[in-house]
Amino acid sequence: MALLEVRDLTVQFQRKGEPSFTAVDQVSFDVEPGQTVGLVGESGCGKSVTSLAIMGLLPKRGAKVSGTVDFEGTDLLRLSDKQLRDKRGRDLGMVFQDPLSSLNPVIPIGVQVTEVLERHRGLSRKTAMVEAAELLEKVGIPDPTRRLTEYPHQLSGGMRQRALIAIALACRPRLLIADEPTTALDVTIQAQILTLLKGLVKDLGTALVMITHDLGVVAGLCDEVNVLYGGRVVEKAQRHELFAQPRHPYTHGLLASIPRLDAPRGERLNPIRGSVADNIPWDNGCAFAPRCPNALDICRERTPVQEDLGGGRLLRCHNPVQPEVPQEVSA
Amino acid sequence: MLRYTVRRLIQLLGVVLVLSLLVFAWLRALPGGPASALLGDRGTDESRAALNKQLGLDQPIFIQYFKFLGRALTGDFGNSTGVQPGDSVVDIFVQRFPATIELSVFAIILAVIVGIPLGYVAAKRRGTWFDNLSVGGSLIGVAVPVFFLAFVLKEVLASKLGLPSVGRQDAIGATRVTGFFVLDGILTQEWDAAWNALKHLFLPAIALATIPFAVVFRITRAAVLDVMDEDYVRTAEAKGLTAQVVRSRHVLRNAMLPVVTTIGLQIGALLAGAVLTEKVFAFSGVGEALALGFERRDYPVLQMLIMVAAVVYVVVNLLVDLSYALIDPRIRTR
Repeated sequence: MALLEVRDLTVQFQRKGEPSFTAVDQVSFDVEPGQTVGLVGESGCGKSVTSLAIMGLLPKRGAKVSGTVDFEGTDLLRLSDKQLRDKRGRDLGMVFQDPLSSLNPVIPIGVQVTEVLERHRGLSRKTAMVEAAELLEKVGIPDPTRRLTEYPHQLSGGMRQRALIAIALACRPRLLIADEPTTALDVTIQAQILTLLKGLVKDLGTALVMITHDLGVVAGLCDEVNVLYGGRVVEKAQRHELFAQPRHPYTHGLLASIPRLDAPRGERLNPIRGSVADNIPWDNGCAFAPRCPNALDICRERTPVQEDLGGGRLLRCHNPVQPEVPQEVSA
Repeated sequence: MLRYTVRRLIQLLGVVLVLSLLVFAWLRALPGGPASALLGDRGTDESRAALNKQLGLDQPIFIQYFKFLGRALTGDFGNSTGVQPGDSVVDIFVQRFPATIELSVFAIILAVIVGIPLGYVAAKRRGTWFDNLSVGGSLIGVAVPVFFLAFVLKEVLASKLGLPSVGRQDAIGATRVTGFFVLDGILTQEWDAAWNALKHLFLPAIALATIPFAVVFRITRAAVLDVMDEDYVRTAEAKGLTAQVVRSRHVLRNAMLPVVTTIGLQIGALLAGAVLTEKVFAFSGVGEALALGFERRDYPVLQMLIMVAAVVYVVVNLLVDLSYALIDPRIRTR
């Protein structure tokens, strides 16, 4: 049985006097124990909202969540606030995008680590402090005992993200959700944090849901990838297959838009045309059709359904990119 | 931190010196003077001149000022001419200041213990009838003039509630330790005296507390609304902390920064409200003395009380600034 089974997860935001807005639309995916699954897409595609919905962190008023999120057989969406608080931080950890704003500015790092140990493992402040120092050391923060007494503004960006990772993994959760954990960091630190995350989830056997817009992160980390567009999963594949043969024109576009070091000098970048609209309709045709180079008439008339291509590969497209014929055969 | 405090206190000395000059000059620029105020219609030019000579007001103003300054340095602020004629101004101050402190502290405690929780709940229930009602109520609280509210409380509510409507009488037979009547009653375990003093405080304190309450409420509500959307509150929720810990350690702790500033400013402003409230309730504190002092052109009393008010204001602001460092570590290390 999968560790996490998300089925038809739908999130609608309702504001007074405005039509409701569907941010996540019938998203389904599984995470096996110890597996790393990527949720990939541009800003606004619903990947962060998906993660917040799984954690039960969406505002209670204004957000309507439906579907099921089975975690070890329990539907997290049906749990009471108290039951959910018992699971969060203990069985499910989360790392956020901006490490500075995600740490409380007026409380020492030590307390921010120990409070989760005190809450879920019933440790005293003193024992928790000893363990917190070990945790900081494990995530590669030098001089951890001193750092425990310091405040977030006294740490560098990379250190802060390491501290947040230590907090999220303090109780050895079975599932860690990382929402763009490297976006706010500079490139050299990004690589360090990714290596750290990769090592930690492997050591602890923690499953990881990696939310990112960065295909480089996916290539380095994920076993399986879900590509989201307009709140729906448009393509799902094993990492190698996705990179070797992207089938959805959107995935293809994402890959093609990555600048290549081996490209001829002066070659222009290949961006995907247009940008994500605020509320992308899936009711009349494919939401990606207005930006799609492969779009046919049918794409604007009938909403594509999800097809199972076998081998764990799913695709939602009327006119997918044809697999490239290997070079030596065509020659 | 210590250097900062010392620097601020030295600044305070400068402020007091400049202010003493200004107050001195302004008071003498007021129409009329102690002589005409004391002698009234019956005064003749001769009797007024004689009184002015007796009070030393016939001398050039800068000589008066330096004499005043010289005596002030030895702790002598002169004698009252109108409020309690003949009494030393320092004695009047010592006798009346505890009353004002008691009233102000009681008022600010009322404002804070009602304003902060109400502000928090209103923020949590943003947009509900509870929120709208309390925001509307606080608007009325700010808008109603203190003297009007004081009159209403005194004339309408006092008799209905069976509370005393006037004054701060020294209960007969009560033992005095500190001059703070409620505190004295508690210290000497004379519970009746403490209760009696508390009853006398109640209505004036409510009148005085309305504006600070409304301001504290609104600032708390706004600050909590801001902080609730912060990423670190989401992190705290993601840790699965109990609702109480999220509230106290993460939301309120951060939301208190602007609230503390506000409370400090309100304490400073309380003295202005105290003048009106004490006057209406004939509550014998420094506020009442200030009001009387203006009516009777009592220069020595006004000089001292205005300067004390300024010192209190500056010191409270210094304490607020220092308390920042306690709440916000980002200021401490700078």
